Amino acid sequence: MSIKIENLSVSYGNHDVLKDVSFSALEGDCVAVLGPNGVGKSTLFRCILGFLKAQSGEIFFGGKKMECLSRAETARHVAYIPQFAEPVFNYTVLDTVLMGVTNRLPMLRGPGPEHTKKAMEILEQLGIGHLSHRGTGKISGGERQLALLARALIQDAQVLVMDEPTANLDYGNRSRVMERIGELGKQGYTVIFSTHEPNQAFHYANKVIALKDGEILTGGKPKEVLTGKVLSELYGIGVHVGTVSAGENEYLVSLPFEDAGKTKERIGQL
Amino acid sequence: MKTENNGAADKYRKRFAVIGFAFILVFFSAFLVGRYSVSLSGLFRSLVYLLPFHSQEIVGTESTVVILIRLPRILAAGLIGAALSTAGLSYQGMFRNPMVSPDILGASTGAGFGAALSILLGFGYFGITLTAFVFGLSAVLLACLVSRLSRLNATLALILGGIMISSLFSAGTSFIKLIADTQDQLPAITYWLMGSLTSIRQTDLPFIAIPIGIGLLPLFFLRWRINLLTMGEDEAKSMGIHTGRLRLVVIICATLMTAASVAVSGMIGWVGLVIPHFSRMIFGYDYRRLIPASALMGGVFLIVVDNIARTVLTSEIPLGILTSFVGAPVFIYLILTGGEDREH
Repeated sequence: MSIKIENLSVSYGNHDVLKDVSFSALEGDCVAVLGPNGVGKSTLFRCILGFLKAQSGEIFFGGKKMECLSRAETARHVAYIPQFAEPVFNYTVLDTVLMGVTNRLPMLRGPGPEHTKKAMEILEQLGIGHLSHRGTGKISGGERQLALLARALIQDAQVLVMDEPTANLDYGNRSRVMERIGELGKQGYTVIFSTHEPNQAFHYANKVIALKDGEILTGGKPKEVLTGKVLSELYGIGVHVGTVSAGENEYLVSLPFEDAGKTKERIGQL
Repeated sequence: MKTENNGAADKYRKRFAVIGFAFILVFFSAFLVGRYSVSLSGLFRSLVYLLPFHSQEIVGTESTVVILIRLPRILAAGLIGAALSTAGLSYQGMFRNPMVSPDILGASTGAGFGAALSILLGFGYFGITLTAFVFGLSAVLLACLVSRLSRLNATLALILGGIMISSLFSAGTSFIKLIADTQDQLPAITYWLMGSLTSIRQTDLPFIAIPIGIGLLPLFFLRWRINLLTMGEDEAKSMGIHTGRLRLVVIICATLMTAASVAVSGMIGWVGLVIPHFSRMIFGYDYRRLIPASALMGGVFLIVVDNIARTVLTSEIPLGILTSFVGAPVFIYLILTGGEDREH
């Protein structure tokens, strides 16, 4: 399902957080939203998820205006994967995933055996079926993020919004989670994720939106628009973008630097 | 994997059977406990009076004790135990904090103030109960109003509002105690605040059962959705939940139950905190199991504590004292062992 955002503006009091933001993502697109802290990424996501009403602008899911959708209908269009956080209550992985079916259930009913079966299938696909009866507080951060991903998938929404899905995860878990997220785009989901890591945009996204001071600085294909100059302007530090070879493939990577010469040296050593 | 699911379901089914059996056992054996001794055969002879086709007037001391004195008291203990533990459990889920008790929004302190005020004004038993109930509800209403008018985060404002309103009513109660007649009123207020079921009569039962029933049923039917509230505002909303409406239902139901319980029995602490923890240890975190389990276990707990209250000493021990004596050590044990997380 496509998503289209038109002239979205949000302000808190006199402070403009988002200014006239417009972009769209088609079915199968994996969009990375980049930008420094406090630039409006979370506010943008809160609008897309329907938590926050923008002062002006429209959001469309597959041509349907978001403001015409009820809360349950919105949940059938867009699902949310939050940042990693320690759970307050130690629900099992299976119970956590089953929560995702609630928007399709009658008000007074809980999930049935058919939902449990589907949840187990999704967990197996994500490679964490064996953890279904473990508590979410007793598994690794990466496994918990995959459980939340499973919860979003069972929600049957075609647009997936992920607010820094790999924040606070270790290197291995970050890669595992991002691999799965990258695959979702290929399966036809529209994925929008925020990240502080430009390399994730190069590796897993086919579109990128760079936000600065509440406005879109640039947007497009990561390898075309994410130049060292753009990243430097975005984060206020020197950034070098170059290629590294691993096996037969070449990858674009970004490296921050204080001194251009030193960074070139480092790239050469890779 | 299916076997694992069935295994978990079987395990919890067995545990429910054990708790259900414990409830029945404790319920009936409570009739046999007390200063006037009731035999088992006498108990069953007396309970026949309750059958619908039996319209005869109650004859004999044994039957009078069973039907008119112990039955209302045991039913009240069961209902109040169930109400306080379910209210505590629901608030804990809603506020995403396992340390929350049913008094978080001021229902108990409000009711305590109402009772103290009505004792000071010389109201009768019914007047005290009604005033306590009304003040219990008003306290929570005021806390909600503060939250509504505040610019802070809604949950934080609600908790802070509850603490402030509780503090106000608590100060009000202290002031009433200060000016109350030290011969009659002060002891009456003090005893009432410590919690007791001594004066429960049959006529009080509807006053307890109706608000508790009205509070318990929606929570029971919405118990799956309460799970989602524990995930936090944003996550619950993203899964299609109207968090504002659901929170309101939880607050209304939990407040009704707490205010009705405190209005009739006085302050009985710890039930709403300890029983939900115990329920989690035995039944996990899913509110589909936790709500009925907490209600049953709370009922069993308060009936047992009330049995102790009326038998250990020649004069009755206030329930609030006993629940603290039992509750605090149990809680320390839970803190030391990390209790609830052992299984998953």
